[in-house]
Amino acid sequence: MGKQKLVVIGAGMASGRVLEHLTDAAPDAWDITLFNAEPRGNYNRIMLSPVLSGEKTYADIVTHDDAWYAARGIACRFGEHVTAIDREARTVTGQQGAVAYDKLLIATGSAPFIIPVPGKDLPGVITYRDLDDTEAMVAAAERGGTAVVIGGGLLGLEAAAGLRLRGMDVTVVHLMGHLMERQLDEAAGYLLKKDLEAKGITVLTRASTKAILGTDRAEAVLLEDGTTLPADLVVMAVGIRPETRLATAAGLRVARGIEVDAQMRSSDPDIHAVGECVEFDGHLFGLVAPLYDQAKVVADSLLGRENAFQVRDVATKLKVTGCDLFSAGDFRDGPGREDIVYRDPARGIYKRLVIEGDRLVGCVMYGDTADGSWFYGLIRDETDIEEMRETLIFGPAFQGGATADPLSAVAALPPEAEICGCNGVCKGTIVAAIEGGAGDLGAVRARTKASASCGTCTGLVEQLLQATLGEGYAAPAVQPVCGCTDHTHEDVRRLIKTMPLKSQEAVWQELGWSTRNGCHVCRPAINFYLLADWPLDYRDDPQSRFINERKHANIQKDGTFSVVPRMWGGITTPDELRAIADAADKYKVPTVKVTGGQRIDLLGVRGEDLPAIWADLNRAGLVSGHAYSKGLRTVKTCVGTDHCRFGTQDSTGLGIKLEKVLWGSWTPHKVKLAVSGCPRNCAEATCKDVGIVCVDSGYQVGVAGAAGMDVKETERLADVPTEQEAIDLTVAFIQLYRENAKYLDRPYKWVAKVGLDWVRARVVDDLEERARLIAAFELSQSIYRKDPWAEHAATRADSYAPLADLTLEAAE
Amino acid sequence: MSWIDIGSLEDVPLRGARLVKTRLGCVAVFRTAEAEVFAASNACPHKGGPLVEGIVHGTRVTCPLHNWVFDLETGAAVGEDARIATYPVRVEAGRILIDGTALGRRSAA
Repeated sequence: MGKQKLVVIGAGMASGRVLEHLTDAAPDAWDITLFNAEPRGNYNRIMLSPVLSGEKTYADIVTHDDAWYAARGIACRFGEHVTAIDREARTVTGQQGAVAYDKLLIATGSAPFIIPVPGKDLPGVITYRDLDDTEAMVAAAERGGTAVVIGGGLLGLEAAAGLRLRGMDVTVVHLMGHLMERQLDEAAGYLLKKDLEAKGITVLTRASTKAILGTDRAEAVLLEDGTTLPADLVVMAVGIRPETRLATAAGLRVARGIEVDAQMRSSDPDIHAVGECVEFDGHLFGLVAPLYDQAKVVADSLLGRENAFQVRDVATKLKVTGCDLFSAGDFRDGPGREDIVYRDPARGIYKRLVIEGDRLVGCVMYGDTADGSWFYGLIRDETDIEEMRETLIFGPAFQGGATADPLSAVAALPPEAEICGCNGVCKGTIVAAIEGGAGDLGAVRARTKASASCGTCTGLVEQLLQATLGEGYAAPAVQPVCGCTDHTHEDVRRLIKTMPLKSQEAVWQELGWSTRNGCHVCRPAINFYLLADWPLDYRDDPQSRFINERKHANIQKDGTFSVVPRMWGGITTPDELRAIADAADKYKVPTVKVTGGQRIDLLGVRGEDLPAIWADLNRAGLVSGHAYSKGLRTVKTCVGTDHCRFGTQDSTGLGIKLEKVLWGSWTPHKVKLAVSGCPRNCAEATCKDVGIVCVDSGYQVGVAGAAGMDVKETERLADVPTEQEAIDLTVAFIQLYRENAKYLDRPYKWVAKVGLDWVRARVVDDLEERARLIAAFELSQSIYRKDPWAEHAATRADSYAPLADLTLEAAE
Repeated sequence: MSWIDIGSLEDVPLRGARLVKTRLGCVAVFRTAEAEVFAASNACPHKGGPLVEGIVHGTRVTCPLHNWVFDLETGAAVGEDARIATYPVRVEAGRILIDGTALGRRSAA
């Protein structure tokens, strides 16, 4: 049997792949004629963008050269248009004559869609489809001037980016609300627009082209809204459609494309079709992967082998010159669909996963597409993602549940993330120092100053050493917050500030917590860190507080509570005392005691009575004394100049002012103050967290005293001449403590860790930092300086009573 | 079983608990997730601490007095040889229902 005659119309990437398969498998079986309207053979069309931008030349992107065709005995009729297919005679007619076929392969590809506006045929209006278009754009760009690209899809944006790189002023006109609306959602489209604009490209969305203006060549584009955009070059890139004219004329079945079966046969079994010109099962094809699948099927079909084409879901990893984007699957909103969204505005990163049931069905990423193929795999394989749902968006590096890598959060930080707040050292600087030879903590400190001041970022610097040096670095053992995490308190605080993390959920997810919502050890700490660092974004969570702070009263060993109203600076009035006495009677309070903090404790109040007794005390002007909180407790005072013959200043007045400023604030542990009117120190100020001793010349502000498990005298922070400065130093000190201390460290423990000099530098010497601390405290107090008793009595009284009383019901 | 409506799901704070008085003594109803509730004896077997006032985490509660931790699914104390009684409870149309029979059976025992 002689050779069969195969005629191929179109020398594109799909038919090129068919010819490779066919001539490899059966070099002598076919007598092949290849028509191509372009005066050249098969080249890599995907690489036209680099040719346009000048990074590559045509020679670089040729797939099959003359020698390749010659070696395989393929008769090339390039630059020759096919004018007709005669299925009766089984011939194909080109401009230079007809050729007979046994089998015909149509691979005519696609044609650019031209919007039917006046002026569309003017010289200077070009499409972007093949090498000739590319060369025309390069030639136009050499003349400089302005270009308008109509169409904000992939091709249009590639054209715009290339023309911009070649120095033209470029405007993209896009009909839809955001760029690449078929591949990207709105958020990713927004980031893409921002990136293109940063490159100097003007982007107009929701812009409809009305006409292309010009007399003998294109001069401007007129939009529907009346805007006129000057244009030396107009690139029309609004889309493509299958090139089906020959097939239609030959009477083949054509819908949007040439209809084919799973063997890529058209309605005439001797005619195959492949590539962008076909329609299979309602699908059209534009990406290279399915075209190559089709090519294999065509070759097998011609060789008499069994094979069938299947539509695969294809991920689109796109590169619009310098912009990283990725999309896969189906990412439309819909009933029963859930989104997981991650945004990092600073780095221009957006990731969105679309989940249906326990399957990932879609994914859009912008700015960081490294995990794209992993997500694509989950979509393609329909993997059950239930187990990793919470950390899914962080990609494969983050999976593995309880064994989450504690280094991953640090590894994920961008180079510009600040690690050492004291010295303003960012991650990139530290990593550079480590890579430059700083192999241990001391060397990093010497070279970058990171962790050389307060030292609370030491853990993070050690993690960076470990992450950068790998096995070569043995990190010292650290004490994690609790069993839910490997991070230390210091690391968690720093990461909450740096990443930043503004909710409990963010902490659990980003720092790889191994439990659903922490435990009784970590949750109160995380709750405090979040409210201290993000007073406006995060609100105190009562369910993450120990009972005393949740109920605003101290639980006693028999389950009753103690109630301590505030007495500002230890000063009270007969009316207040009468109200306290009445309440003690009314609620049958068994014990009334004067406390060491100069106020009165009502012990033995039943939990159910709390809202009522609070309401009674509120009516007399009494508010919560916060005797139960990790916050300001008392400001103890002596009587000062008002009554005492030794008093040097108004110590009572200062105490009251301090208490009015500080009350209601949450701190890492309880905070007690005192103000003494002279060095005789009757208010015992020298063993308080902040103790002020008045002298003739002003105020001695001491901090970090203790009189509990440890006894320790305060250390002198500074001597200041005015009352206002004494208040300022106190507030700044407490705010610094709020921002930096480990939860449940009293100030004396915290100061021992960071050093008094470090504290003094910020609170006393650096006036700008002092002002910042005071402003930050005030901001937080704008939310927390209020009476929780009044609030609970008014809005939550019900929650103090049992949910139900079944004692009266029959128990069956 | 005889299900008794004891209140609205909304009345129990998320990651919190409320008390229900019964003839057997107090029972704590815990809400561990949006629509996940448990019921158990309120008294910690250690020193009688009120579990209703504990921090609720995962499906566990920590006693507010001395930090004993109980698994609400089983009633077992974590790391201690102790147990609290648990009671069938369910959520239906936003209401919490507790099994009256279970409460009664214990009284008979």
